[in-house]
Amino acid sequence: MSSAILKPLPRWADVVLLPILNLALAFIVSGLVVLAIGQDPLAALNAIVTGAFGNGYNFGYTLYYSTNFMFTGLAVAVAAHAGLFNIGGNGQAYIAGLGVIAVALPLQFLPWWITFPIAIVAGAAVGGLWGFIPGWLQAKRGSHVVITTIMFNFIAAAIMVYMVVNVLKPAGILAPESAMIAPEGRMPKLGAFIPWFKNTDVNFTLVLALICLVGAYILIWHTRFGFAMRALGQNPTATRYAGMSNSRIIMIVMTMSGALAGMVAVNQVVGVQYRLVLDYVADAGFVGIAVALMGRNHPIGILLAAVLFGALYQGGNELQYVIPGLSKEMVVVIQALVILFTGAMEGLFRPGLQRIFMTLSPRQKAAAIEANSVKSGS
Amino acid sequence: MDLGLILSTLDATLRLSTPLLLACLAGLYSERAGVFDIGLEGKMLAAAFAAAAVAAVTANVWLGLLAGLAVSITTAGLQGAAAITLRGNQLIAGVAINMLAAGLTTFLGIQWFGQGGRTPQLPVTGRFQNIDLPFANELAGVPILGQIYSELISGHNILVYVAFLAVPITWWVLYRTRFGLRLRAVGENPKAVDTAGISVIKLRYQAVLITGLLCGLAGAFFSIAQGSGFGNNMTAGKGFIALAALIFAKWKPVPAMFTCLLFGFLDALQIRLQGAEIFGIGVPVQAIQALPYLLTVILLAGFIGKAVGPKAGGVAYTKER
Repeated sequence: MSSAILKPLPRWADVVLLPILNLALAFIVSGLVVLAIGQDPLAALNAIVTGAFGNGYNFGYTLYYSTNFMFTGLAVAVAAHAGLFNIGGNGQAYIAGLGVIAVALPLQFLPWWITFPIAIVAGAAVGGLWGFIPGWLQAKRGSHVVITTIMFNFIAAAIMVYMVVNVLKPAGILAPESAMIAPEGRMPKLGAFIPWFKNTDVNFTLVLALICLVGAYILIWHTRFGFAMRALGQNPTATRYAGMSNSRIIMIVMTMSGALAGMVAVNQVVGVQYRLVLDYVADAGFVGIAVALMGRNHPIGILLAAVLFGALYQGGNELQYVIPGLSKEMVVVIQALVILFTGAMEGLFRPGLQRIFMTLSPRQKAAAIEANSVKSGS
Repeated sequence: MDLGLILSTLDATLRLSTPLLLACLAGLYSERAGVFDIGLEGKMLAAAFAAAAVAAVTANVWLGLLAGLAVSITTAGLQGAAAITLRGNQLIAGVAINMLAAGLTTFLGIQWFGQGGRTPQLPVTGRFQNIDLPFANELAGVPILGQIYSELISGHNILVYVAFLAVPITWWVLYRTRFGLRLRAVGENPKAVDTAGISVIKLRYQAVLITGLLCGLAGAFFSIAQGSGFGNNMTAGKGFIALAALIFAKWKPVPAMFTCLLFGFLDALQIRLQGAEIFGIGVPVQAIQALPYLLTVILLAGFIGKAVGPKAGGVAYTKER
């Protein structure tokens, strides 16, 4: 029963089988909850799947949610590769809206393809700043980045309420929101190019999200900096002895992470709402944690996990209309269980799975028997 | 400001610091034992819901409290299983617990009570009533001291007194008992504790379950003492303010009380100041709301003193073989 002799899992089992097992467990537990309150879990699942993929309209909204989750998932993953847990995606995505609206309103009469890149830069700058400060505090002052980013979520929320209500809200409007962006400055919806999507909220920002996924892949595995940050994540002592500046890497990574989260603001402000409203992030930052865990911090995994969670959110919205009594919070429960099982309770399946794989492979089995006999012999 | 206004502000301070203090002491046990807990919020929320749901159905406040405690302790046990036995990431376990509580309370609330996630208004017997301490009415006429006694100290519900009693008890447990010594040791150097033949796992579970108990009291305070029923996300981030207070107090019980009083005072001030002006300038309410978080960031960065947590915090213990 010694865990020392367990061989690591084959790569495909680690990145595909284990996440699927954990996801299945999350679904089963959620299904039991649905069953416990006297509803039919399969009908609920059917309603979610139909609501997410049933037609172009549903799928368009699924992709709209997925766009946000790709950004926040990448934000968590990039930080995780450097050994940092950025729990501040919510705050970074939220405060970035200030940058986006600050350029989108003055430039609103220019064509969208001029506004769009400028909005990206502005959102990335403000979101990046909100990641940089915790990174700087971690690197130079030794504050734990987790605690600082949690605090920054709340500070961002307070600043946003103040800015929207006292600064951005035009006189004569009651609702706490900024002025509307003129139609010229709005991002085109994908439905304008692909009629199948109809008038859903999925817009050009999805393309930006896909570019970010590819960019993150190149950055993490095919650049010197990507190597440095992964090395830092594995062994900070080694990077220091190799002559790298750990604090510099931490600050850059946290800035990039915040900038990625800030892209949620681009999607929401110039792509969907056309104004700055309160609480538009809707906890996408926390969904990003689930997406990154599920996607094993790899862009392809993040893409798939983001679509999965986008589908859950969209399907969850439809669920309450199909089965009265079942609310969309069901999705939050599933998401929490995914985080619990893939992130915190990984030890649930891994040792058992490792044992199964060892018995399946004759060579490993022989090694295990040998190791056991050596152990009992000594 | 006259005495009456000062007293009523301080009175509100005591009430608002109570859940912070309970949650802060809750976090203290767990973190001093080396288990980071960012799931205080979730445990409070779950307890608040369970307490209100049972109190609403049975019209019995004590059964409500018991349900709140049971749910919170169970949740803490789940978190403990992930963080201690399965050696999972403690921070991620906390995130999961917060999310699970937020989702499940609303989901079950809508299903059971059909009021958009709220529980029904509690009957009088389903809530903790304010307690008038002995001679409160007689002493109310005595200037200053009598007023302080009757208006500030007397007239709170039982959980307020429990919270402030928990401070000296925690101090005594932590610094004057064998359990407390071991608890502190296991958060600093679990290997030494293990070498002395004491179970690290058992100690950490004990700490985490105490955390669950105190979070349960804090959660019950929201729904069946201060409030009269559960509302969606009714803990509103107080679990994170409590976490901030814990860091601000450098993981010590008595400073924790003063920090929670300070943060509670800021909260009371913020409610009082809605739209008012101090020193002729309007201070935005949001600035006061953000102050506890800002102060914690500044303290953590070592600009005013230095907050260093338990050394073995956040790391699951693996016994050598």
